[in-house]
Amino acid sequence: MENRKKTRAEVTHIVSLAEGIYSMWIKEETIASMAVPGQFVSLYSNDGSRLLPRPISICECKPGEGLVRLVFRIAGKGTEEFSGLKPEDTIEVLGPLGNGYHMEGKKVLLFGGGIGIPPMLFLARKLSEQGAEVQTVLGYRGGSLFLKEEFEPYGAVYVATEDGSAGVKGNVIDAAVEQKLNGDAIYACGPTPMLRGIKEYAAKENIPAQISLEEKMACGIGACLACVCQSKEKDAHSNVNNKRICKDGPVFYADEIIL
Amino acid sequence: MNTTVNIAGVELKNPVMTASGTFGSGAEYSEFVDLNKLGAVVTKGVANVPWPGNPTPRIAETYGGMMNAVGLQNPGIDLFVKRDIPFLKQYDTKIIVNVCGKSAEDYCEVVERLGDEPVDLLEINISCPNVKEGGIAFGQNPKAVEAITRSVKKVAKQPVIMKLSPNVTDITETAKAAEAGGADALSLINTLTGMKIDVNRRTFALANKTGGVSGPAIKPIAVRMVYQTALAVKLPIIGMGGIASAEDALEFLMAGASAVAVGTANFHNPAVTEEIVEGIEQYMTANQISDIHELIGCVR
Repeated sequence: MENRKKTRAEVTHIVSLAEGIYSMWIKEETIASMAVPGQFVSLYSNDGSRLLPRPISICECKPGEGLVRLVFRIAGKGTEEFSGLKPEDTIEVLGPLGNGYHMEGKKVLLFGGGIGIPPMLFLARKLSEQGAEVQTVLGYRGGSLFLKEEFEPYGAVYVATEDGSAGVKGNVIDAAVEQKLNGDAIYACGPTPMLRGIKEYAAKENIPAQISLEEKMACGIGACLACVCQSKEKDAHSNVNNKRICKDGPVFYADEIIL
Repeated sequence: MNTTVNIAGVELKNPVMTASGTFGSGAEYSEFVDLNKLGAVVTKGVANVPWPGNPTPRIAETYGGMMNAVGLQNPGIDLFVKRDIPFLKQYDTKIIVNVCGKSAEDYCEVVERLGDEPVDLLEINISCPNVKEGGIAFGQNPKAVEAITRSVKKVAKQPVIMKLSPNVTDITETAKAAEAGGADALSLINTLTGMKIDVNRRTFALANKTGGVSGPAIKPIAVRMVYQTALAVKLPIIGMGGIASAEDALEFLMAGASAVAVGTANFHNPAVTEEIVEGIEQYMTANQISDIHELIGCVR
C-alpha cells in the first residue's frame, strides 16, 4: 500500500475577507476529492524555525478542479506567514485529517461562531445537496459579516453580533431563541463558551448536537496525545476519559464530552 | 554495506529508531512510514495502570522546537500488552517498550509483566520532567538512578536501557550510576525543562506551567552530552535530541552513539524516520563507508 504523505500544494488564490481573516485556495487533488465537512488539514510553515503544523478547517472543496479552500484567522506567527502567501507560492499540507460531521437530520441547525464559521459552509452545501432544510446561525463580534452571503444559497441565514451592529445583539443561541428556530439535528463550530451554550441548549431542546473542538496540536494524526478533550465515558483507545481531538474528533456529539 | 548495530545483544537492521512519546505505538505513523524499514520502534511510556496525563494546553511551539507536558498519558500495561505489542509484532522491526512509573514498585511491576512478551528491549523512563512523582525524581540523583536501575535489572528478562535526563549539572554522573546499577544501555537526552509565557493571555503557555523542550533547538546540547557520556561509560548509547535529518543522526553517531532516536521531527514530517535511514545509506555510499561502525564514535 502506498504510504500517505504530506505534499507541497500551490496557492491559487488568496484574499482577505475581513480584518485578520483570509481565504486561500490551494490545489491538492487528493484532499479535494476525499475531504468531508468537519475535517481539517495540517498546514506547515515554510520557515524552519516553526516546526509544528497549524490545523486549519476545510471551508470548501472543488473535487473537479482539485481545489481546497481554507479560511483562517491570524492567530500567531504561523498563520501570519500563511496570510502573506501569494498565488503560485507553495505550502506543505497534510490531510484530510479528523473524522468530520456525521450527516443526519431533515431540518438542521448550523451554528458557526467567529473562525468556526468557515467549516460550516462546506457542511451547509453538503447537507443541502442531500435534501436537508438548512438553517444557519452565524455569530460575529461585529463589523464584517465574512462568508455570510455565501451561506444564503443553502437556506435561511440568521446573524448574531456581540456589539449589535447586525442581526440579533448577543450570541448565536440568543438568535436561535429569538427566531424560535427548531430542527432535528444541530451542528456547531466556534469558541468553547459558545459550544458550552450549544451543549446546554441541545440538551434542553433534546436535539442531538455535533460540535467541533479545537486544541493546540503537534502530530495531527493521533500519536502524540497533545490535543485531548475530556470524555464522559472511558475512551476505548486511551483507556482513560480522554479523546484525541485530531483523530477521534474534531467532531464529537456534545453529550460525549465534558467542556 | 553494513548498517546493523548491536544494542545489548539485540541486533538492529539500522541505527534509526523512534523517540518515546512522539510515535505512539506506531499504529498512527504506520500510514506514513514503512515500520519494516526502522531499526526499532520505541513506544510511548506505559505504566502499571492507565494514566490520564496533564490538563491542556499540553504543548507549545518554541523557536526551532516545542515544549510538551503531556504527562505520560497511557492506557496502562494490560491494554498495551493486548493491543500494541501484537500490532508491532506484524512488522520486521525491534520493539522497545518505554516504561514509566511513580515508584520503584510500579516500574518493576511493568517490567515483570513484559518479561514473557515478545519485546526486545526495555527503556526505563526516569527522566520525564512533566510528572510530579517518579519520572525525573529518579533521574537527577545518581544514588537514586543506581538504585532504580538495580531494582529493575533484578526483575527484567530483557536488556535494560536507562533513559537519562539532561536536567543535571553533569550527565556523566547519572550515566555512571546507571552503569554501576547494571544497565545494559543508555538513552539520552530526554527533554530539557522549560517555560513559555503567553503574553496575550498573561499566563503560562502550558497548563502544567513548565514542559520539556525538544526539537532542533536542543540538538547541540544533546550531541555534547552524548559525546561526554560515550567517553565516561562503556555502555552502548542511543542518542537523541532534535534529530531531524540524516546529517543530524550522523552527528550523534560520530559523537559516540550506537543508535539514534527521532522524536519531534516526526511532527514536522511524518515520513522523516524512513528518510533518515535512506540518508545515512546515501552518506555511507558517497563516502565509501562499508560498515557503520566506522562512523560510531569516530570523532574524539
